[in-house]
Amino acid sequence: MAEATSTGKGVRSRPTSPHLQVWRWHVTMAASILTRATGVALYGGAVIAAVWFAALMVGPDAYGPVMVVLGSWLGKLVMFGLTFSVFYHLAAGLRHLVWDAGAGFNPHTANMSAVGAIAFALVAAVVVWALAIQTGAVR
Amino acid sequence: MSGGGEFRTALGRARGLGSAHHGVSAFIVERSTSVALVPLCLWAVYAAIKVAPLGYESAVLMLRQPVNAILSLLLVGVSFLHMRVGLRVVIEDYVHTPAAKIAALLANSALCWLGWAVATFSILWVAFVGGPVH
Repeated sequence: MAEATSTGKGVRSRPTSPHLQVWRWHVTMAASILTRATGVALYGGAVIAAVWFAALMVGPDAYGPVMVVLGSWLGKLVMFGLTFSVFYHLAAGLRHLVWDAGAGFNPHTANMSAVGAIAFALVAAVVVWALAIQTGAVR
Repeated sequence: MSGGGEFRTALGRARGLGSAHHGVSAFIVERSTSVALVPLCLWAVYAAIKVAPLGYESAVLMLRQPVNAILSLLLVGVSFLHMRVGLRVVIEDYVHTPAAKIAALLANSALCWLGWAVATFSILWVAFVGGPVH
């Protein structure tokens, strides 16, 4: 053991962890990556929200253009992405709170909760947008 | 243990390499804000749909309602706190050169506090003063 990991300088090299590309793709891995990715996306979403609040304070000359950008095709795509991100990050956060409580770690449960979180976020985002379009909130 | 040539004791080597003893607060802040954000984010989605079709005047009137102003303040405050702690972990995982890491961590903190201040001031302005600034 010691021989296998020795650097020959009297210092034992630190154990290394296999990196991303050597792992078989797995749903819990996708869920983990998605948690971080949606978190970073929501960071951008919060900046958009701060800009929106500031535009409301500044007045119609600022608010109008901000709403035009948010209402454009690209803006709607970003807002749909943020809707998915909110629901996914929320579900992933709940998974983490359960894990923090010491439960939900066995592989079957972890797989199921990962699939559940992704499915919930997709369905919730689509339902919210369908309702928003139906009620005329989004055109 | 490891190779020869060592006169330092195990305790001597370990000193200063352990926990900084303040990681728990970051852990608790991340979790407690996440619990608060569950209802706040659901409200945010609802409020965004409500405000989306409104014109400027109606949007101002909506934010002037105390419930909406208070929930907006909570949403913004808790979100930026959660983001600051959350992105800190991402930076610490991926940025390893000390100068870049410190710069990224400072930029993260600065952006979160700036976003919080801008949003909070804007909400309070609209709630108390109303209409556009002059």
